[in-house]
Amino acid sequence: MSVSAAPTDTLHRVLTAERRPPTPSALSATFTLGWRAALKIKHVPFQLFDVTAFPLMMTLMFTFLFGGALAGSTRAYIQFLLPGIVVQAIVFITVYTGVGLNSDITKGLYDRFRSLPIWQPAPIAGALLGDVMRYSIAGVMVIALGTILGFRPQAGWFGVLLAVALIILFALSVSWIWIVVGMLVKSPESVMTSSFLLLFPLTMVSNIFVDPATMPGWLQAVVRVNPVTHLVDASRGLMHGGLRLASVGWVLLASAVVVAIFAPLAMRMYRKER
Amino acid sequence: MTAAIETVALKKVFGQTTAVDAIDLQVARGTVYGLLGPNGAGKTTTIKVLTTLLRPDGGSARVLGHDVVRESAAVRAKVSLTGQFASIDEDLTGHENLVLVARLFGFAWREARARATDLLDAFALADAGGRQVRTYSGGMRRKLDIAASLIVTPELLFLDEPTTGLDPRSRNQVWDIVRAIAGEGTTVLLTTQYLEEADRLSNRLAVIDRGKLIAEGTSRELKASVGGNTLHVRLESADQRASAETLLASALGATVTNGVDAQVLSAQIADATRVPDAMSALARNGVGVHEFSLGQPSLDEVFFALTGHAAEASDTEVVS
Ligand SMILES: Nc1ncnc2c1ncn2[C@@H]1O[C@H](COP(=O)(O)OP(=O)(O)O)[C@@H](O)[C@H]1O
Ligand SMILES: [Mg+2]
Repeated sequence: MSVSAAPTDTLHRVLTAERRPPTPSALSATFTLGWRAALKIKHVPFQLFDVTAFPLMMTLMFTFLFGGALAGSTRAYIQFLLPGIVVQAIVFITVYTGVGLNSDITKGLYDRFRSLPIWQPAPIAGALLGDVMRYSIAGVMVIALGTILGFRPQAGWFGVLLAVALIILFALSVSWIWIVVGMLVKSPESVMTSSFLLLFPLTMVSNIFVDPATMPGWLQAVVRVNPVTHLVDASRGLMHGGLRLASVGWVLLASAVVVAIFAPLAMRMYRKER
Repeated sequence: MTAAIETVALKKVFGQTTAVDAIDLQVARGTVYGLLGPNGAGKTTTIKVLTTLLRPDGGSARVLGHDVVRESAAVRAKVSLTGQFASIDEDLTGHENLVLVARLFGFAWREARARATDLLDAFALADAGGRQVRTYSGGMRRKLDIAASLIVTPELLFLDEPTTGLDPRSRNQVWDIVRAIAGEGTTVLLTTQYLEEADRLSNRLAVIDRGKLIAEGTSRELKASVGGNTLHVRLESADQRASAETLLASALGATVTNGVDAQVLSAQIADATRVPDAMSALARNGVGVHEFSLGQPSLDEVFFALTGHAAEASDTEVVS
């Protein structure tokens, strides 16, 4: 066995290098797993374009097809549309938290992490750290396209930054739902499929594309309780001025409720054997 | 010194299935122990309980002196697991995978990178270290996976079916690696469906079937427990098989069985001194013997004798 004979000496050296570092802190383990998430974005950037492609397409389609009819001009419509599209783009990619977790579980990677002497929630915390990166990149991509199409935030770029921060906060709470789904279902594909059941109604039955004032009364009622509607309101307010603090309050409340329900559930399922 | 692994009436149940059914194991430190059984026997479940990934439903298990339930963190700190399915990130490169695990063990970035490079060298993977793992062959993945388990040299290494699905060359490489690891004093518990593998690598082995431990000992002991020796006779012509069978049966006082090969007869015999008589009986009656051998039964025969079914036949029971 020519190949296997060669490295025996190195193998001996590697095995006898007696060194056991102290176990990493919770923060260090989390950052290391966040680094892994960043590497995945680097090696598989397609995953990001895959999901942002749809909102980008919607931006182009709605702006040019309906912009004139809905708001008088495409330029006027993009001011109205863009904050909502940023929300849609980022809320859409939350599903990848569940997809990634599920594929880690099915591929046995989680068993390795769980058998290491690390702070046990670190893999989830690290994944969420990676999510912040993905959400930020998606936000930048959509806003860049919007700017090319004529988007000009009336309240300035700092308002845009605050809006994106609020959207990411909300998206992180939605991520917890996908973490739970990711632990429940059998394959990454089923996480993906189940996501459409939630994400399409959540983003479509909202005020992203049109002013709900033109909708029938019962639909308006539904739109009004949708947290995405409040998030879009708050984002428009932050980007263009005229912010209503109540909408920010509703977003924070909705995020808190989602986390309060799904995070403990996720942590319990994660600690529990599979 | 305490045993590396000690289980008493260990039990794990999944709904209707008792995956591990009252298993008692004793694994001495510094040995290679083989857990042999067909698909669905309960090998992976046993390993998951011993590595604290699953909680037992009954009985107890101590690993390196620590209880797997009450002192799970202590167990995790001392053992390493290479799971049945490569637990590496396909999207990352081989080097990045090892750095990741090294960081999670607590190495600083620089040390983690150095350790990753050393391990890639030792496993002859240096050239592939910068490539994404999704481009690796099965053998390379397996080696990387084992390398990841050796970031910190464990006191006890669990290898779950380390060579299943590998080509013969990769299998030999993995065997060499296992021997080298054991040679450095690490206790190894490996599971396998291959009787040859258990026979070659392990000092002692346990045969499990449907969650139950059905035999335990060295492979020599297991073979002996099946009952004495096996006589294999290869005839010059298959035509004479019937008369040869009768002659052998009466001369040996044993049951003679037909192999798959029509020219081969074999018999389990308790008393080897009757073999010369049996052979001369064949010669006197004009039965041509091409070759014959007297030896211990193969592990395949052992498995068949213990379980009543062939070892590799139950592949239908696919594990999800
Ligand atoms: N998570 C699980 N849920 C339900 N049944 C399981 C689970 N894991 C294993 N089993 C069942 O337990 C038995 C033993 O499985 P396993 O330990 O994987 O066997 P082996 O590793 O020897 O092939 C099988 O019948 C298998 O279907
Ligand atoms: Mg198995």
